[in-house]
Amino acid sequence: MWDYSEKVLELFYNPINQGAIAHTNEPDVAVVYGEVGSIACGDALRLHLKIQESTETILDSQFQTFGCTSAIASSSALTEIIKGKTLDAALKITNKDIADFLGGLPEAKMHCSVMGQEALEAAIYKYRGIEVEHHDDDEGTLICSCFGITEPRVRRVIIENDLTTVEQVTNYVKAGGGCGSCLAGIEDILIEVQRDRTAVAARVEAAAAPLSPIQKINLIQQVLTEDVRPMLIADGGDVELYDVSGDVVQVQLKGACGSCESSTATLKGAIETRLQAQVSPELTVVAV
Amino acid sequence: MVIYLDNNATTRVAPEVLDAMLPYLSDLYGNPSSMHSFGGQVGAAIQDARAQVAKLLGAEDTEIIFTSCGSEGNNTAIQAALAAQPEKRHIVTTAVEHPAVLNVCKHLEKKGYTVTYLSVDRRGQLDLMEVEAAMTGGTALVTTMYANNETGVIFPIEQIGAIAKECGAIFHVDAVQAVGKVPINLKESTIDLLTLSGHKLHAPKGVGALYVRRGFRFRPFLLGGHQERGRRAGTHNVPGVIALGKAAELAHQHLSAVEQERQLRDSLETQLLALIPNCEVNGGGTTRLPNTTNIGFKYIEGEAILFMLNQHSICASSGSACTSGSLDPSHVLTSMGLPYTILHGSIRFSLSRFTTEDDIQQVVNVMPGIVEKLRAISPFNNDEADWLQGRDLVHSA
Repeated sequence: MWDYSEKVLELFYNPINQGAIAHTNEPDVAVVYGEVGSIACGDALRLHLKIQESTETILDSQFQTFGCTSAIASSSALTEIIKGKTLDAALKITNKDIADFLGGLPEAKMHCSVMGQEALEAAIYKYRGIEVEHHDDDEGTLICSCFGITEPRVRRVIIENDLTTVEQVTNYVKAGGGCGSCLAGIEDILIEVQRDRTAVAARVEAAAAPLSPIQKINLIQQVLTEDVRPMLIADGGDVELYDVSGDVVQVQLKGACGSCESSTATLKGAIETRLQAQVSPELTVVAV
Repeated sequence: MVIYLDNNATTRVAPEVLDAMLPYLSDLYGNPSSMHSFGGQVGAAIQDARAQVAKLLGAEDTEIIFTSCGSEGNNTAIQAALAAQPEKRHIVTTAVEHPAVLNVCKHLEKKGYTVTYLSVDRRGQLDLMEVEAAMTGGTALVTTMYANNETGVIFPIEQIGAIAKECGAIFHVDAVQAVGKVPINLKESTIDLLTLSGHKLHAPKGVGALYVRRGFRFRPFLLGGHQERGRRAGTHNVPGVIALGKAAELAHQHLSAVEQERQLRDSLETQLLALIPNCEVNGGGTTRLPNTTNIGFKYIEGEAILFMLNQHSICASSGSACTSGSLDPSHVLTSMGLPYTILHGSIRFSLSRFTTEDDIQQVVNVMPGIVEKLRAISPFNNDEADWLQGRDLVHSA
């Protein structure tokens, strides 16, 4: 028998916000729903949102769930968590927030909280007119054909929940829980994510020790080469390190990047975030 | 008070059984194999228990080997059958076996054996023509269950056995769910090997038996001491064996009264079907055990139903994905080709001779409310639900 928390059982036996939200002609109000899962999979959630359009605030939220005890409790929890939030704030909610609200879920039931997070995302994307088929997850290669799980979805759940084993991945998104033929593929993703984590951690650690001016310049150069340039080159741009003076990093934006006024600010921010995380939090970037 | 309707999972130890075994946990602790009368009296008690089990099965005492559980019996039987005919490399079984047979067969496939998994129809029943067609000259073993643990569906054992014999194959039957519920007479049977488990018939967990037809070239699975005439090494689980003997004796006496269980089961089914729309009996169209009913409640999920029942102290079980320990729903119900709308919401109630009319009434009282409550939450609460349209609702193999 599953060891459910009292909160899970409470929300299962007395669910809050069950049902649909009827369409309305009220001004400035939109009603939308997002859905995830299917009857074949054994669990499915249709999450309904009532949104104030001018402020992008969730006025009301209701759920319809086909699924087990923890699927119903997770859905009900989600509707409570998101009420009153703006859509941007709601998009920041992770499956962990849902599980935490419930006082934890059994490891093998974590996928119920993931289902909640995904339905929320689907509803908001739908409201914003972003075709769900075109959002990041679904562009990725299918890794688990039994449950239709893509590689980016697996990667995301590994990163957000600090997962380290294939079994955990199965518990969180079901991938690998059917025929098991993708287990080796999931293992590969875990290894990749782990490698990335170690690399970042090593840089952060290195950054923690005081750097000599030449070490600092080298590290900045390395981050630019490995993390920033590939991203820019893909968009037809490029960046070059011009000078480092104290904590001010001077860069030259090239190609498509240099000619576009609006992208300069965004790019400066993106480069700064990376350098601050991986070299020193004091760094600022200026384009010259 | 617990309303226990999960007797296909395990049963309560009958009070008489407990009384019979207790002395062997205290004063009568001798080793049955010892050469002193203190141990010898325990050895004699084991022989009595063997006779009691043999009588329930219509077998001879020497045809009974005590084991630790049903899984051990099934593993032993399959390995013994293959060892008896090493030149034959083909096994015939069914798609709906218990994992203790299914996973052994899957393992043997990796070892180079070919296995045919017979299909079942929508009722959960086998097709004898398919059994016949599956047989080859190289078929070493036909292994099927007597009755299915999830649906209670009884296979036409003697007809299957006749086909096996005709082709020179050994016939093993996993009768874990059937023993004590249907009369079995192995003297007039095609069965070579038969597995039973104690805790399904009011003995404790940790004891079982394997019937091996006299004259069968038996190779032991567990090697070591000379216990069980060299056919199963290991010091006897004496209290368990004594308990199994007593449980077998009681089951034999109770066989004639099994009709009462059937009546209670039928009453549960009839009332639930009348009170609750959109539900059906899985396996209802064919011969079944008298104590089992498996009902599919459409549009809702089994684990949620079980937790609702649990709130009323009612114990049942489900074949839904969320209860199986894996992420897939029951292989038995999937093999029957049930649509997903029923598959995930199937609940098994299994009765015993301790089940009362009051127990049944309690279930009938609460079940309609539970189904209604969960259907109110479900987005799939009718066949016309928009989310179900254009989707494949039956699992394709």
